[in-house]
Amino acid sequence: MVRLTPRAAGAAYGRHMARSPFAPSYWRSPLRGPWLTSVLGVVLLGGITVLFVTGLLSYAAYNPGLSPVNDKTPGKGLLGFYLFPWPTGPRWLYRLTQGVHVTLGITLIPVLLAKLWSVVPLLFRLPPARSVAHALERLSLLFLVGGVLFEFVTGVLNIQLDYVFPGSFYPLHFYGAWVFFSAFVVHVLLRAPAAWRGLRELREEPDGLVAPEPAEPTVSRRGALAFVGGGSALLFATTVGQNFDGVPRRTALLAPHGGAEPGSGPGAFQINKTARYAGISAAETSDEAWRLVVTGRAGRTVRLSRADLLALPQHEAALPIACVEGWSTSDQRWRGVRLRDLASLAGDEGAPPDVLVESLQRHGAFRRAALRADQVADPRSLLALAVNGAELTLDHGYPARVVVPAAPGVLNTKWVARLTFEDL
Amino acid sequence: MRRRRPPLGSPLHLLLLACSFALTAYAGVRLLEEDPFAVALWFVGAAVLHDLVLVPLYGAADRALLRGMERSGHRDRTMYVRVPAALSLLLLLVWFPLITGRVADRYARATGLSPDGFLARWLLITAVLCGGSAAVYALRHHRPRAEEPPGA
Repeated sequence: MVRLTPRAAGAAYGRHMARSPFAPSYWRSPLRGPWLTSVLGVVLLGGITVLFVTGLLSYAAYNPGLSPVNDKTPGKGLLGFYLFPWPTGPRWLYRLTQGVHVTLGITLIPVLLAKLWSVVPLLFRLPPARSVAHALERLSLLFLVGGVLFEFVTGVLNIQLDYVFPGSFYPLHFYGAWVFFSAFVVHVLLRAPAAWRGLRELREEPDGLVAPEPAEPTVSRRGALAFVGGGSALLFATTVGQNFDGVPRRTALLAPHGGAEPGSGPGAFQINKTARYAGISAAETSDEAWRLVVTGRAGRTVRLSRADLLALPQHEAALPIACVEGWSTSDQRWRGVRLRDLASLAGDEGAPPDVLVESLQRHGAFRRAALRADQVADPRSLLALAVNGAELTLDHGYPARVVVPAAPGVLNTKWVARLTFEDL
Repeated sequence: MRRRRPPLGSPLHLLLLACSFALTAYAGVRLLEEDPFAVALWFVGAAVLHDLVLVPLYGAADRALLRGMERSGHRDRTMYVRVPAALSLLLLLVWFPLITGRVADRYARATGLSPDGFLARWLLITAVLCGGSAAVYALRHHRPRAEEPPGA
């Protein structure tokens, strides 16, 4: 039995009125309007600004100015104007900035989709341009919308290891961010007055957002906002846990590094790339085969077996692993030789220089990485031989790996074969 | 008759836009350096796919849902279906590489983690969302028969 209320009948009648999206009456949602767009816009203004800043910080954290091996965007030109030596403290610095970058980015997806939905009728507005400035503003919107989607899509794909985008992630995401940001700033400047009026519900004149023939609402504006917020809350709740070991990680139900820890025992914490993936064989890491080659600034070279390293003074440091992909571990108890002690062993007494770290890995973007002098000098920077009271596992970099406080995970080189201390 | 030229618009707007385009070009040549065509395709394609495919698609799905609810006389209760469906599809949209298993092999080799649980967990979350919405619906709208007014 079909019951049709008079209101619903009215809505059904209106449904057939306009078939072209260029007709204003095609857009029926009673939710669209300056208030909703302004609220969503203000949330994105704050959120995207944080994403941009934490993204720039992530680039700085790689210390790209130190050595070409750390820099995946060497042609950056003036876009690297802000770079500064990345500090070694607090030890969770990169864990925080990159955790915020990725987790917030995922959380903002529903807000972004809602914002784009709220303004989609403007895409079909006629005439296409009222003035030259307006035409250029619409061109700028292509960079804005294309840019924001490009950034979110490449980011979301990269953290899931789905490398279908055309090229290396670092240049695409970094330069894409600047293209987006240049459109974003001008959009904010041009739209701020309208957003302010929209928030205070001052504007009454038609603006292309409010449906001229709205359908009967099925939800209030505040209800719609709660709906968007609910989507954000759901994504946040099923993602944020991948930044903490144990029970919280199990709450990250769909995030790439959520769920159970890999393996069991002291080495059961998150792995970025396994030994198998990196092409490391047990044969080349055996006690007979593996030697660490340490070269000092003056050219003095020392070859050390694992037993030699274990005979040196051992130190402990509690440090997390924090990945550019936006997951991290809680502090792990690393044990090994201080990098600055190895510098002294190779003849660099006093203030240690920078160091180039080379892995046994034959491929991989960060098989070689450079650390700055202050990172080498930090007493918590170790060539770790053990973690959480047990020998390193092969997947965590056996026979020896670097750990440096506050640095991105890929600078904590695993399966270290060579340390070259020099002024980079 | 001569066509009227379009007005120039605000000089301030023009200057701001020119400034923005200069920075866009500065970063853009670097963005396009490696594979200009493919990157441009992804950049513009993202906007076109979203505005002309994704939005019409979910808009049509929502209208179909609305019509269905209208026919059964429950139009005002659309949100009980819309919310769990949209949230489930949102999770699928964000995590489809893991949920569909298209990166399962690389994921397992790289991280040492099992790639198998994502689809199951997404389905279970969907079940909880739908079940939760049904529970709220039942609590709010389902009245025991005895309490129904006579003649309803």
